[in-house]
Amino acid sequence: MRTRHIAVALLAAGSMALTACSAGSLGSSDSSAGGKVTLNFLVDNGAETVKIANQLAKDFAAKNPAIEIKVETRPAGTDGDNLIKTRLSTGDMSDVFEYNSGSLFQAIAPEKNLVPLDDGQNIGNLDKNFTTTVTANNKVYGVPWGGFMAGAILYNKDVYAKLGLSVPKTWDDFMANNAKIKAAGIAPVIQSYGETWTSQLFVLGDFANVLTADPQFPDQYTKNQAKYATTPAALAGFQHLQQVHDLGYQNKDYASAKVPDALRYLAQGKGANYPILSALMSELIAENPGSENKIGLFAIPGTDASQNKLTVWSPAGVYIPTTTTGAKLDAAKKFLAYIASSDGCNSQTAASTPTGPYAVKGCTVGDNVPQAVKDMQAYIDGGNSSLALEFLSPVKGPALEQICVEVGSGISKADAGAKHYDEDVKKQAQQLGLSGW
Amino acid sequence: MATTTVTRPAETLVSSAGRVRAKSPYPHWFYLPAAVIYGVLFIVPTIIAFYFSLTRWSIFDSKFIGLGNYRTFFQEPALVTSLWHTLIYAVVTSGLKVVLGLLLAMLLTSQILARGYLRSVVFFPVLVSTIGVGLTFTVLMNPEKGLINQSLSLIGIQGPGWLTDPSYALLSVALVDVWKGVGLATLIYIAGIVSIPQEYFEAARVDGAGAWENFRHIVLPLARPATVTVITLSLIGGLRSFDLIWAMTRGGPGFTSDVIASVIYKQYQAGFYGLSTAGNVVLFLVVTAIVLPLSRFLNRKEVEL
Amino acid sequence: MTVLTSRRPRKNLLLSFLAIVLSVIVFLVPFAFVLLTAIKDQQQASLLDFSWPHQFRLVQNFIDVVEARDYMLIIAFINSTILTVASVTLMVVFGAMVAFVLQRRRSKWNALVNALVLAGLIIPPAVVPTIWVLQKLGLFRTMPGLILVEVAFGLSFVILLFRAFIGTIPRELDEAAVIDGAGPMRLFFRVILPLLRPVIITSVVVQSVFVFNDFTNPLYFLPGDQNATVQLTLYNFASTYNTQYNLLFMNILLITIPPLVMFLFFNRQIVAGMTAGAIKG
Repeated sequence: MRTRHIAVALLAAGSMALTACSAGSLGSSDSSAGGKVTLNFLVDNGAETVKIANQLAKDFAAKNPAIEIKVETRPAGTDGDNLIKTRLSTGDMSDVFEYNSGSLFQAIAPEKNLVPLDDGQNIGNLDKNFTTTVTANNKVYGVPWGGFMAGAILYNKDVYAKLGLSVPKTWDDFMANNAKIKAAGIAPVIQSYGETWTSQLFVLGDFANVLTADPQFPDQYTKNQAKYATTPAALAGFQHLQQVHDLGYQNKDYASAKVPDALRYLAQGKGANYPILSALMSELIAENPGSENKIGLFAIPGTDASQNKLTVWSPAGVYIPTTTTGAKLDAAKKFLAYIASSDGCNSQTAASTPTGPYAVKGCTVGDNVPQAVKDMQAYIDGGNSSLALEFLSPVKGPALEQICVEVGSGISKADAGAKHYDEDVKKQAQQLGLSGW
Repeated sequence: MATTTVTRPAETLVSSAGRVRAKSPYPHWFYLPAAVIYGVLFIVPTIIAFYFSLTRWSIFDSKFIGLGNYRTFFQEPALVTSLWHTLIYAVVTSGLKVVLGLLLAMLLTSQILARGYLRSVVFFPVLVSTIGVGLTFTVLMNPEKGLINQSLSLIGIQGPGWLTDPSYALLSVALVDVWKGVGLATLIYIAGIVSIPQEYFEAARVDGAGAWENFRHIVLPLARPATVTVITLSLIGGLRSFDLIWAMTRGGPGFTSDVIASVIYKQYQAGFYGLSTAGNVVLFLVVTAIVLPLSRFLNRKEVEL
Repeated sequence: MTVLTSRRPRKNLLLSFLAIVLSVIVFLVPFAFVLLTAIKDQQQASLLDFSWPHQFRLVQNFIDVVEARDYMLIIAFINSTILTVASVTLMVVFGAMVAFVLQRRRSKWNALVNALVLAGLIIPPAVVPTIWVLQKLGLFRTMPGLILVEVAFGLSFVILLFRAFIGTIPRELDEAAVIDGAGPMRLFFRVILPLLRPVIITSVVVQSVFVFNDFTNPLYFLPGDQNATVQLTLYNFASTYNTQYNLLFMNILLITIPPLVMFLFFNRQIVAGMTAGAIKG
């Protein structure tokens, strides 16, 4: 396969000056050759995502020799959002694609652009917590990609043990721990504003606590009745960010550190707590071998010790655009059914260490998972978890990460940050054309 | 003197020789190939964009909402500051490019060793990918581990957080922009300087003029077309600048290095296409309001010379 | 150049020394950094420091980058080459034609053309409407479509550059050619174009670099892995979740080589062209 590609590439290179046509043809082999169906499968370019996609393509092809899956990648993050929307709107989407569930899923006009899967195989087999995040107008459009993940605090168990600390249940306990950690010469809270999205966890990951304090919040928030700046429980996230900065609890290079730095500090015990998505465990382990069981996880603490809940992110979804038709559509549905089966889960587990429970019934992550994933599972099994706000409301401002960086770097205060975010949210809701804004 | 040649164009000569006017040696159809491509792929989309700037456009559907997007855009808190950032960035980069470009061009046309090497090394960054340069300098400017601050600490200076300190971020990116772009300014100046007839310098030498007089009375006025080109290009580039800022700070920390182009891009990324297109129109107006009068001013001076 | 040297043999040694030292610090060290990081292993590369590699992984990193995503880099190099050669050729020829008529002929069109040229430099291209137009023409997601987009966005700059230089060519040349019976085509392609060599080289170098390094336009007008251009491959290693600096910098290194080669090739011509101009002047 590879040598063939090189040969074709060289051949094309030799003749390109004459023909002046795109070299694209050498990437995509003829889809109708020998009755074989080729599906292009678009995923984001995260290293673990690509690993999983390739493994799934391989294992699926082994069972379905008539179908070939070709993995394509796209940028992650907001650049990727853009690309997905552009390609959907121009009718130019790949045959199958992976994309976020929740509010980002709602923003791609699923009823217009995606094929509903309700009659599909294995759809009834999916966790309801997941299907609600890929449902529009009572129709399910996606199957889960990977497992649930938590927005929580990863902590170094060795540091906690050495200093005799216990897992905090309230914010005050957490800050008391941090004071002792700082006194021991270790950075209490790791922040990595070199990658701005990581700044949002104190706000987004605190949502389970907001919901406990104010169960009506998501509804009122969607209807333009509740605001971050005026809801004390919601404002708390911004205040936590400010406190951590004001007390000098961040690692010294918080402004420039990137995720790999942050993970290394955590693994080496140079930092004690890192508020982040649990999905980063796979990267942490890949780059810091031997840290599987040194790192634990706890929910971001709130005010009530008895009600400390974990904020959970639903897995991304795999969707079929309406532009996929005929034999390709049948093949695509088969592929989605495979992803939503226990074989599909096993294939994903083989490619990459699972970092959270799967959303497919009957799929287990096994006992061989890192400590942090076990900690996370305990919250979920105990009923102490709730989905993040972006899965309960379509309203999500695009500038939250920059605002959090401002608050967390002392450029602005918590109140101003929350107000700014309310403005940002208003703009988004207006652009979405939601009623009441 | 130059004006007398300009008033003697070839077409009057030809038509006075009794030929038909349509047989001008400068036919209008020479415009055609460029005009078709440019018109279809630039003018038409731009005009459509004007219409879409008046709509709420989420790419999947659009709805006419009048000037609502412009209202929202001017309420965007980051816009007013980003306007200032844009101006600072444009003035700093084009100013430094003019000054450094001219100095480097003087140096690189004078009698020094390794002139070929120096020319190459100054020009080379122009050729390297902006994204690549941005990523590289982000690493070099890292406040703790970056080479720049490591070197400064060797001589006892505590370097700032070039890209992480709100008061330095924008200027640091501007400096990298100059690092990458000064080679082009230098090249334009070198072309200007070497095209100055040697007779001028010989006459000046006979008159006993020194290096400063040469610079002040020969190079500076005669390299003026080059200066106009450098200023115009780098000002427009600076006002529209986006790639490098995006690669290095993404407008951060917070919003402290946001320029208009990056604000527009963020709206675009968020899926607010109508709003972003309205931002495009605003940027267009800002750039026109600055560049048009300036270039008219510079070009008029040039004709008078 | 030799003429100049023979007249003024004295070289300023102190200035030369200073210039060379500064050039090494300011311009060469960043490239050395790219090179060093490109040959480190992933762990050491993520430290981001300017240090000697613990182990030399030049070959391994090279293979990793080239093999990544099914040899995407090789496909990308082919695509980028086609894109650059085709679009710059069209840009230069069409741009020079416009600049020639614009500079020489006074007509009612001049104001409009000048305005459009300036507009091309100023107005930020509207991405999605452009996609819409390309789709209507059946050119979206095709190489010819992207080539034409690059031509449309690059024309203004080329015209500006050419117009300034055509102004320095004496009109007497045109007049002589016309009297000799040359039509517009012969006048332009046989008489004028050869005289524009220095500015052609300058604009070819600048625009090739611009197109080769363009990142945004291919991303939107020619999406899909099999269509990737080299700048897009940078995105492969700089993703949200995972950053492999050694491969990232190896990628930067590899996509810097074609401009470097082109520069080494054209550099002599630039200098030659300039020196020729200086002697003639």
